[in-house]
Formats: sequence, C-alpha cells, structure tokens
Amino acid sequence: MPGGLFLAIDPWINWNWLSTHIPHILDALTEHVELTAVAIAVGIAISLPLGILAQRNALLRLAVLGFFGAFYTIPSLALFALLIPFTHLTATTAVIPLIGYNVLILVRNIVVGLDGVPRDVLDAADGMGYRSTARLFRVELPLALPAMFAGLRVATVSTIGIVTITALIGMGGLGSLIDEGQIEDFHTPVVVGAVLTVCFALVADLGIAAVQRIAVPWARPA
Amino acid sequence: MSFFGDVWRWFADGAHWQGPNGVPTRIVEHLHVSAESLAVAALIALPVGILLGHYGRFGGLAINISNAGRALPSFGILVVAFQAFGLGDLPVILALTALAIPPMVTNSYVALREVDPDIREAARGMGYRELAQVLRVELPLAVPLIMAGVRTSAVQVVATATLAAVIAGGGLGRYIIDGIATQEYVMTAAGAILVALLALATDISLAGVQRLLVPRGIRLLNAPASTRAATFKVA
Repeated sequence: MPGGLFLAIDPWINWNWLSTHIPHILDALTEHVELTAVAIAVGIAISLPLGILAQRNALLRLAVLGFFGAFYTIPSLALFALLIPFTHLTATTAVIPLIGYNVLILVRNIVVGLDGVPRDVLDAADGMGYRSTARLFRVELPLALPAMFAGLRVATVSTIGIVTITALIGMGGLGSLIDEGQIEDFHTPVVVGAVLTVCFALVADLGIAAVQRIAVPWARPA
Repeated sequence: MSFFGDVWRWFADGAHWQGPNGVPTRIVEHLHVSAESLAVAALIALPVGILLGHYGRFGGLAINISNAGRALPSFGILVVAFQAFGLGDLPVILALTALAIPPMVTNSYVALREVDPDIREAARGMGYRELAQVLRVELPLAVPLIMAGVRTSAVQVVATATLAAVIAGGGLGRYIIDGIATQEYVMTAAGAILVALLALATDISLAGVQRLLVPRGIRLLNAPASTRAATFKVA
C-alpha cells in the first residue's frame, strides 16, 4: 500500500528529529515570541494616544481609520516585499506592517470602547468634579477596557499567524520551521511549526483573557 | 526614487503582459483559485451559520470553534496539505477554504441572531412556514451582515492566495516569491502592487454585489451594518 509505505518513510512526526532539534525549535519559538511582542507593544504605544485623540476629534477619526483601513487591506507578504528595497531583509521590514495592522484593530476598539461610555456616567463624573484628564483615566478608559481587551486579543492572535509568513523574507520564527520542512520535503518541522503556532496563539489568547478577568472584574461573565 | 521608476517601467514593458508568466495569466490563475476556495467555503459556512443562527443553538460552540480556527496559520495548512496531496490546486484550495470559513460562519450566525424577535413572531403570525420564514423574512434582513462576512473572507483569500507560489503554484505570488529568491525586487514590488490592487478591487466589487442583494427598504433601515463586521487579518 503506497500510503503505508509513505508513512513508513516519512511519518508526520519523526520523534528522533524532534528530540535532537529541541534547541533549534526553541530558537524559532523565541524569535516568534519576540517579533509578536514588539509588534503588539509598539502597536499599543501608538494606538492608545491615537485612539483617545481620534475618539474626540471627528476629522482625525476619519483620517486615522481611513488611512490604517486602507493599509489593512494590503496583503502582508506584499507589504513585506514592498519594504525590502528600503529596509532590506531586517526585522524592521517584518515589524512595520505588523504594527500598522495592529494599530487599525486597536484604535478601532479603543474608539468603540470610549464611544460606548454612557452619557449619564460622563455627566455624573463631571458633577463629582472630575477634571477632563482625571475623568479620562479614572472613568472613561476603565469602562472602555472590555472593548480594548477584545481588540488586543484579536490583534495578538492575528499577529502570531502573520509572523509565520515573515519566514519567507528570512525572519526566522516558527514559519522558518514550516519553510524548512517544505524546502527539504520533510514533514516533521512543518507539523511542529504549525502546531506550535496554534499553541502559542491559544496560550497568548487565554493569557490575555486571564489578565482581562483580573483587570476588569466588574465585566466578568456570570 | 529611481526604484519606483523601475517599477513603473516594469509595468510599461509589453513583455510582462504576455505569455504564461504574463500579468493577465497570473491574475486569472489568482482569481480562479480564490473564487473556487471562496465558493467551497461559502457552501460549507453559510448554511451552518444560517441554521445555527435561525435556531439559536450551539452558537457559542460554533463561534468558539471558528475563532480557534483563526489561530491556524494558513502557511502551515498550505505546506502540510502540499506534503499530503502533492502539487496542484488542491492544497491551495484547502488552505484558503479553511481561512475563509470562520468569518462567514460567525457573521451569518450573528446576522440571523440579530433579526428582531418581533419580526420573527410577526412572520409566524402571518402564517409563514419555517422555511419561508428563513428565506423570505430572516435572510433578506440578514444579508448586509452576511455579505460583510463574505467580503472579509474574500479579501483575505485573495491576499493569501499569494502564498500558492511558495508550493510552486501560480498566481500573482509568483512575482513576489521569484523576485525575493532572485533579488529582483522590482518584480517583487510589481507583484505586491498587483495583489494589493486585486484585494481592493475584490472588496469594491463585492460591495457592489451587496448593494444589489440588499432589498431597498432594508438598505435604508440599517445602512451601517456592513461597518460592524468583525475584522481579522490572517495574511
């Protein structure tokens, strides 16, 4: 039976390869985590002020959501490719598009979250004598947290997936295991790369959900 | 700025518009595999989302499964499918179908759930049978949100079909992947611009289809529905 023969020659998981390549796999995972962390951290650093400003200024909101919305429709591989002549095969080339995508997701959720703060709550805060900065930090932002966390979860899981593609521009990460296995026609690295990507995404998602439960205790589902 | 001049000259060169590696051929290949994948995904996802939304059962489960599905890297599915099934369109269609299903399930489920219960009851009261109620009352109301899901999926599929070139497939990804491999970044940039334009054109033409599908009264009723679509970038 050809199928059986096929499996005998190259099983989906070659445990021998796996056990001898653990440092290699961990390196790829580390690179993947680093790229994701940078893209998310810088994305948050840009989005928070931009989102807060955009929520208050209709013109800025239109401009920001329009610009990053257009950026968002550009395929990641196309963006990486377009940046290569300028930033070469460096981490910058990988990180710029990832940050741009995250800014759209995060800003949109910050705006939606702040928009959703009830008028009555704002009036009550004003009546209690909050200045506008204190009202923002102590009333509006906390109430917008659930929407912001929802955005963060989407941005993180989506970034982890797209980082696999950065392997095609020589960036390493778990995608490089997939690429390696494809080039060498060897199943194990492909399966390991894909499975670890999914696991990382699920762990990151659950981790953020756990932080959210602690940060937003009042919004806990019953 | 001579780089952009070179890219411009690449587009102006008639040789790039002919033959098996010409732009028209690559666009047709790209659209062909994208359309097939989107059609297969729609045939699976829309009935599931519509039925679950209509009955309002197992919705949480379906949405959780489809959210978990989003964590699957298309590049991984593509290469695993390639190693399992070999050369050809099948691995590409499998990977693209897998990524197109979640937004369509989620959106069609939410679209049907969001139909006003009073309207459902009114339909029942007017004597609509279950099937007629779904087809003539609930679906027309749900079209804007369902189409928003289809658009999200379609744009992602067109963007991701670029990866077919990694496993020796055709389409516009050929220019990008071959350009990176041979350091001909002008060709890579040309391919990138073509894919971006194709993704944009897909979104705009499906917006046109959406306008045709949504009954006029409903268009006036809930115009902003299409902007509520959940976005999720996979490639």
